[in-house]
Amino acid sequence: MDEHRSSEYTPKDFKSDQEVRWCPGCGDHAVLNAVQRALSELGIPRENFAFISGIGCSSRFPYYMNTYGFHSIHGRASAIATGVKTANPRLSVWQITGDGDALAIGGNHFIHAIRRNIDINIILFNNEIYGLTKGQYSPTSERGLVTKTSPFGTVEEPFSVGELVIGAKGKFFARTVDANVTLSTRIYVEAAKHKGTSVIEVLQNCVIFNDGIHDVIADKEVRDERTIILKEGEPMIFGNNRDKGLALDGLKLRVVSLGNGITEKDLLVHDPREPNPGIQYMLANMRYPEYPMALGIIRAVSGQTYEIAVEEQISEMQKKSPVACMDDLLKSGSTWKVE
Amino acid sequence: MGNKSRVIEKEEVVIRFSGDSGDGMQLTGTLFSDTAALDGNDLSTFPDYPAEIRAPQGSVGGVSGFQVHLGHSEIFTPGDLADVLVAMNPAAVKANAKSIRQGGTLIYDEDNFTDKNIKKAGYEADPLKEEKLEGVHIIAAPVSSMVKEALKDFGLDPKSVLRTKNMFALGMVYWLFDRKLDYTEKYFEKKFSKKPQIAEANKIALRAGYYYAETIEALTPVYRVSPARIAPGIYRNICGNAATAWGLMAAAEKAGLKLFVGSYPITPATGILEELALRKDLGVKSFQAEDEIAGICTALGASFAGYLAVTSTSGPGLALKTEAIGLAVMAELPIVIVNVQRGGPSTGLPTKTEQADLLQALYGRNGECPVVVLAASTPADCFDYAFEAARIAVEHMTPVILLTDSYLANGTEPWRIPEMKDLPDIMPPRPAQEETPFLPYKRDEKRLSRYWAIPGTPGLEHRIGGLEKTVKGTVSYIPDNHELMVRLRAEKVSRVEEKVPDLKVTGHESGELLVVGWGGSYGYIMAAVRELKEEGHNVGFVNFNYLNPLPKNVREIFSKYQKIVVCELNLGQMANYLRMKYQEFTYLQINKVQGLPFTLQEIKDQCIKILEGK
Repeated sequence: MDEHRSSEYTPKDFKSDQEVRWCPGCGDHAVLNAVQRALSELGIPRENFAFISGIGCSSRFPYYMNTYGFHSIHGRASAIATGVKTANPRLSVWQITGDGDALAIGGNHFIHAIRRNIDINIILFNNEIYGLTKGQYSPTSERGLVTKTSPFGTVEEPFSVGELVIGAKGKFFARTVDANVTLSTRIYVEAAKHKGTSVIEVLQNCVIFNDGIHDVIADKEVRDERTIILKEGEPMIFGNNRDKGLALDGLKLRVVSLGNGITEKDLLVHDPREPNPGIQYMLANMRYPEYPMALGIIRAVSGQTYEIAVEEQISEMQKKSPVACMDDLLKSGSTWKVE
Repeated sequence: MGNKSRVIEKEEVVIRFSGDSGDGMQLTGTLFSDTAALDGNDLSTFPDYPAEIRAPQGSVGGVSGFQVHLGHSEIFTPGDLADVLVAMNPAAVKANAKSIRQGGTLIYDEDNFTDKNIKKAGYEADPLKEEKLEGVHIIAAPVSSMVKEALKDFGLDPKSVLRTKNMFALGMVYWLFDRKLDYTEKYFEKKFSKKPQIAEANKIALRAGYYYAETIEALTPVYRVSPARIAPGIYRNICGNAATAWGLMAAAEKAGLKLFVGSYPITPATGILEELALRKDLGVKSFQAEDEIAGICTALGASFAGYLAVTSTSGPGLALKTEAIGLAVMAELPIVIVNVQRGGPSTGLPTKTEQADLLQALYGRNGECPVVVLAASTPADCFDYAFEAARIAVEHMTPVILLTDSYLANGTEPWRIPEMKDLPDIMPPRPAQEETPFLPYKRDEKRLSRYWAIPGTPGLEHRIGGLEKTVKGTVSYIPDNHELMVRLRAEKVSRVEEKVPDLKVTGHESGELLVVGWGGSYGYIMAAVRELKEEGHNVGFVNFNYLNPLPKNVREIFSKYQKIVVCELNLGQMANYLRMKYQEFTYLQINKVQGLPFTLQEIKDQCIKILEGK
């Protein structure tokens, strides 16, 4: 297997010898498959991948990947991944995290990694529940959700992942559904190619503690009507018969039906590369039933990455400074000789 | 320059500059120290300042001080009592009157002794009378009006003019100690190369002070402190924080590794991050994290990626890093955690010194979580122990906590510059490439350290993490495996002992009393023990720099004395640690928790009491 050149990888090359221990039916299995598929398409040598995770069900992920991996502590994966990437910008660094890990205990590291635009790929498994601790509400649980720690319903507003990413000056945000391996694979490949922090929200099903939480939009029967898959340069169309679309109505988005004088030309065309996040912000925040839920790459804007800026500053100073080694530094400045 | 008929040769002198926290006392003290160092004196300095950048003007709480002790002989401490106190306002007298030596000199700015300022400092009418400074030689200098006069045609605004008061005072002190002005003048030329007017104003004030002191010469003798008899070599002045940063960089160079520092600004440790941030030319990657936790976690990520990784902090920050230190213990990755101790608990006394984080460093984590703990004992040897901390971390694949303190971090002393070729090589434990699959928890037989396989290396892909694992890296809940791994991690740390140097006794090798110190109180204890010995007392002294593991010869040394007393700036943490480790001995204690270092006199007095059986 090791003789494979990077261009000849198959998903199997990224499977480790560890038995996968997620619950049968858990959405994580599909995410793992899609990631392994995406990695085999990237043409990056296997030894250059590092998977970093925090704590939670999804954070077991690195053990199942035949790459370098570090399963760390709750909430800190963004910081650890930042250290790995800053130290070695040539690595392809992936952070595996969940809604509790990234947005509750790790919220600070998450927003600051995004703000710095460090080139890591963050896959955020959002199942709107704490699974590993057996069913408590999370920062993405809808207001009113009844859980073991909210027996009478939560009285908190949830975070919207995309809103938070854009608020933190995020330059890449995508959303997918665990079971949609084709869409997910495409997004992971694009996220890997994007220079800067990429956040991919995966609507993931916890089969034990929050089963079916995303069914209202993700179920086969309804998904075409209740989600829209955004594609760069294409008009925003959705629906079973592709007869609905999104248009701008003043400063708001509006769902319109095609026909009766409304044509594709009246619809918004998706531009994830537009630096002004206005439309992307509205797309990221669309929720059923008022709107279809947006899937695909919502925002992908290029910008200076942290780790490259650090290296550039170092090489610039190395050209300018008379100090090239420790002996130079030790002897610099005010010194005197004692005979 | 000038007639100096009454010159008195002194073995050593202590000078304390004090004023409002905006009066520039830290710069004044630093410039004086640098001049003395360049003249070849041995010295030790102690900056002592409030946490508030600009505390209420004229208040005692806002007094900023800088003490320097210089000598013709070896200097161990910044000194107890000042031979010369410079006080820029009444509050500075209030804060320092008790630390002027009998027969010492007080120089004060009489222009600043207005009724308002006198009341603000808490005096009724006359600070000098109220302090009963009878035996003190007093020089009242109209500093403010003199600088106004000297700079009257200079075109500077009144605020900038008054800002040169400290240089006038410094000029007076230079005359008093027979020093040249050129180093200080050059400093201003360089510092204000783009503002020549400011540079010139400071130089004029400096010279005005010098000549003023000369003019009033009849009032006071001049002190001369000849150059110290110290080992030949090239010297520089260095403070503990810079020495720590430099030691870490030296270790990276010797290990053939790049250095990463992930830190969050915190007093009094920030200087380490600032020093490392300057060194882009040496390839240092410095990362100012969003919080203390991210500081250590980014460092741990860099360590995983093959860097010499460091995080620097002070007590409250160490508390926040606790969980990640546990992860480093479990992942068995090298990392140096520098804790510049300050007065605690909680926010405590952020700018003051204390040694009360010892037990936190040794034990403050969940689970069986051993780490190596070292402590530096002088500003300059922060270099050596930072280097040693990095060496141990890398060669033994373990986190190492290095304890310094506010007193060492900000204090300075002359340091004989080492040559890189004289420092030991550091050998990272690299795995053999042909061994695949790589077993992340396979260990070196001698040290029990695991091997460090770096991402990017083909064929060594592996997973580590905070969950208990087997040698293969597989997550394991098997009871026997957990016990085996807990014991292996403990044994790995205890095997660091092999290279821990023996404790060395200063003074009597056996006898009545052994004084035990650790870390930063070295200088005061050393000076006290030296005097006790000179006075004929049967006393020995050991200072611990290795706290876990401890040196091998502790028991042997302890058993040679009738009494053992442990001196530390806490309520007895080292004493209790030694009680646990070496139960057969009885430990007496000398403790102080005032946010200040010991004074030589305090240690001497208490030791004499013990020796007299009181």
